[in-house]
Amino acid sequence: MTDATAGPDVKTGPTPDNAIREAEAASGPVLAADGTPLKRSLQRALRREKMRALMLISPLLIFILVTFIAPIADMLFRSVENQSVSETLPRTVVALKDWDYNSGEAPDEDVFAAFYVDMIEAEEFKIHTRLGTRLNYEHTGISSLFRQTGRAVGRFDTDEYTDAFVDLNEAWEDPVTWLNLMQVSGIEDVLPETASAWQSWSRIVEENNDVLAEEEPEDFLYTTLYRDLMANGDAVASFEGDEAALLQEAAAAVGEWEPVSLKEQFLDIDEDWADPEIWGTIQAFSPNYTPGYFLNSVDLQMTADGISAQPENQRIYLLLFKRTLFMSLMIMGSCILLGYPVAYLLSNLPMRVSNVLMILVLLPFWTSLLVRTSAWKVLLQQQGVINDILVWLGIVADSNRLVMINNQFGTIVAMTHILLPFMILPLYSVMKTIPPSYVRAAKSLGATNWTAFWRVYFPQSVPGIGAGSILVFILAIGYYITPELVGGTTGTFISNRIAYHISSSLNWGLAAALGTILLAVVLVLYWVYDKIVGIDNVSLG
Amino acid sequence: MKLKSLMLTTSAALVAAPVAFAQDMADSMTLVSWGGAYQNSQVKAYAEPYQAEHSEVEIVWDESSAEAVAKLRAMNEAGNITWDLVDVVAADAIRLCDEGLAMEYDPEELLAPAPDGTSAEDDFGDLLVSDCFIPQIVYSTTFGYRTDMVPEGAEPPSEICDVFDLETYPGKRALEKRPINNMEWALLCDGVAKEEVYDVLETPEGQDQALAKLDEIKDEVIWWSAGADTPQLLADGEVFMGSTYNGRLFSVIEEQDQPVAMMWDAQVFDLDGWIIPEGLPEDRLARVKDFVYFATDTQRLADQAAYISYGPARESSAPLVGEHAELGIDMGPHMPTDPDNAENTFVYNYEFWADYRDDIDAKFQAWLAQ
Repeated sequence: MTDATAGPDVKTGPTPDNAIREAEAASGPVLAADGTPLKRSLQRALRREKMRALMLISPLLIFILVTFIAPIADMLFRSVENQSVSETLPRTVVALKDWDYNSGEAPDEDVFAAFYVDMIEAEEFKIHTRLGTRLNYEHTGISSLFRQTGRAVGRFDTDEYTDAFVDLNEAWEDPVTWLNLMQVSGIEDVLPETASAWQSWSRIVEENNDVLAEEEPEDFLYTTLYRDLMANGDAVASFEGDEAALLQEAAAAVGEWEPVSLKEQFLDIDEDWADPEIWGTIQAFSPNYTPGYFLNSVDLQMTADGISAQPENQRIYLLLFKRTLFMSLMIMGSCILLGYPVAYLLSNLPMRVSNVLMILVLLPFWTSLLVRTSAWKVLLQQQGVINDILVWLGIVADSNRLVMINNQFGTIVAMTHILLPFMILPLYSVMKTIPPSYVRAAKSLGATNWTAFWRVYFPQSVPGIGAGSILVFILAIGYYITPELVGGTTGTFISNRIAYHISSSLNWGLAAALGTILLAVVLVLYWVYDKIVGIDNVSLG
Repeated sequence: MKLKSLMLTTSAALVAAPVAFAQDMADSMTLVSWGGAYQNSQVKAYAEPYQAEHSEVEIVWDESSAEAVAKLRAMNEAGNITWDLVDVVAADAIRLCDEGLAMEYDPEELLAPAPDGTSAEDDFGDLLVSDCFIPQIVYSTTFGYRTDMVPEGAEPPSEICDVFDLETYPGKRALEKRPINNMEWALLCDGVAKEEVYDVLETPEGQDQALAKLDEIKDEVIWWSAGADTPQLLADGEVFMGSTYNGRLFSVIEEQDQPVAMMWDAQVFDLDGWIIPEGLPEDRLARVKDFVYFATDTQRLADQAAYISYGPARESSAPLVGEHAELGIDMGPHMPTDPDNAENTFVYNYEFWADYRDDIDAKFQAWLAQ
């Protein structure tokens, strides 16, 4: 009978947790029906529950990972990635390690020999021009230098070596000779450069769907063989294996041949190959990862000498970052100033009227962004509606019409208009929940209108301002199309530059670095906002 | 009996042969172009006649030429090329070729010879600026001005340097928001000889000189980034003169009947044409080659000029250019290549801009932002 009087809210029976604890305290582990300890069996059930929940959200999770997180991560990764130099010119990168940029002289013959083989292979796979484009971001002129060199590199005077080898022994003309020689184990110790060039040659032949045993070897193989024989005479003399006699015969002969300077060959294509700046750039960008893009994004540059500031007439990114932040804050501020009274009105008018007004807020929201932006052009331009009215009223002289577009003012006006609903809607939904009786109570206790608003109403609407501000600011900071159309030269954002590098200059690394910085800035501001306002104070309703 | 079955077999083989050939080609093609009047001229002059002959072919148009380079690169990285033929300006074609994204081709094999037997290579001549580029049209970037805004007592502007002459011709100008063309014009009007422009522009001093010249009019310039901006600004009377593509000015003057006139002086020639993306499957490649052979022959290129005022890229097409398809006006005098219009022209230097674009653009944008 006592149980019946306890009421529904009072827990009279043991809860599962208490029951286990009590049972354990009394007489060891309680067992479930199947004999396992109850505790473990409960945990298992909970784990199953969690797994099921995870399975339920997994489609969404996978979707977000695949379509959102992964592409962003990939894009961010590009801001430091720089494999193209070492992939395209692997031998050159190694050979350049010993070269000192500060010597003020172009590298020696060894580097040019490595570069020669690299270029032959790169040209065959058409990747040298891509590298040229990449390095042209760092040093103007490299693009055409690589294109030009690619065209000429197959026609070097190194055919003199080919002729000399064949004159010496016709077996050198036979691809099978080469194939046999290159299959000897340990050949890469005796003829290191040739063995490495042979790798390239195999890849080239494979790319063209030809057979190694049938393709006549090209000049660059004879060139590397000549260089190896000149450098490793001793190793060749003690070499034993297929074609050893042939090799030793050649080794004895090469000393008398007229050497062809590869450096000269490259200089014949373009004098720029003697410029240490070019080689310094290749050297500076040979690691697989580079801070170069990030340095460029903050108006610095990485040169062969180290890090230095961009020339003054090329500094633009810091200015654009500052301008983007400043203008986004301005837009956010004007949205608060304009949106607050509107939201207040909406939430305090009778339903019938406020619904009509709400349509007026939402109608532009549903209109295409481009239409709204173009409408502002029509309104604000010098021969536009507003100037026409001002001239008609005699406020402004016809010869002195106001410039209100293609500058910062135009961007701020147009973007404030476009982003206003994102401020009004959260404000409105927060204000809707503020009971009017609070203000009335304040007034009945003697508060003036202003005090009642400022001390009672406003603090309760702050979460709406917070939510609206975050929405507007974050949307504004990444805006692109409106500043492009009405921003002129002083009203453009960093995003316009990012778009330029993505679609026009194809410098995706720099675009990624700029984007990463922008993302970091937003996260830092969010953190600061959390510290000052508190993210718990943000409400969408 | 035997004879009959033999005949049947033979005729079956005869019927089967062309079918088998056709099966090697894909039945649909995705062409990428610029949209608007230009794409329309391609539909009318190339695509519709081609489909009239090959009714099984479906052609899908994608208006993405402005972002073609970036999108092709992304497609290439994703390993899924969805485009078959892409319309790009020559500078972009060169870059796509450099990046290995466009296919190199042999003009003799892919393109039709002229009706008089001249080889395609000679017929296109210097316009084959890249191993991947299949030229279609010559267009020019030139100036148009409002005839009703010419100051009283002054002659209408006729020389490029009038753009920089704020005293005689006050008023706003519209210039493109990039260094290309503007830098050249500035140097020409700063006393640099035409042949030396690019030599001067190579040096930092030359670049500063060009920017200093542009500084004189900077306050009066509205910078455009879309080809439609200048025609709109001219029509609204927002600017007195502005640079844009000659075809856009043609439509403002002739189709919309605005009080605008062409200046033509120091017009900068540029090219637009097709590229075939690298790495197409064989059947699609075969179809595209078939289409390109058809769409770049002498008659087809001349036909396009009936819909838009751009000059055909083949020498042999020029005499065949006729009247505008709707307005009925003779298109010859509206071609940028017409001798009267081409008295003083400037040829865009692709090699130079491929090298200096990034460098000069950084300077130009920094100068703009000041």
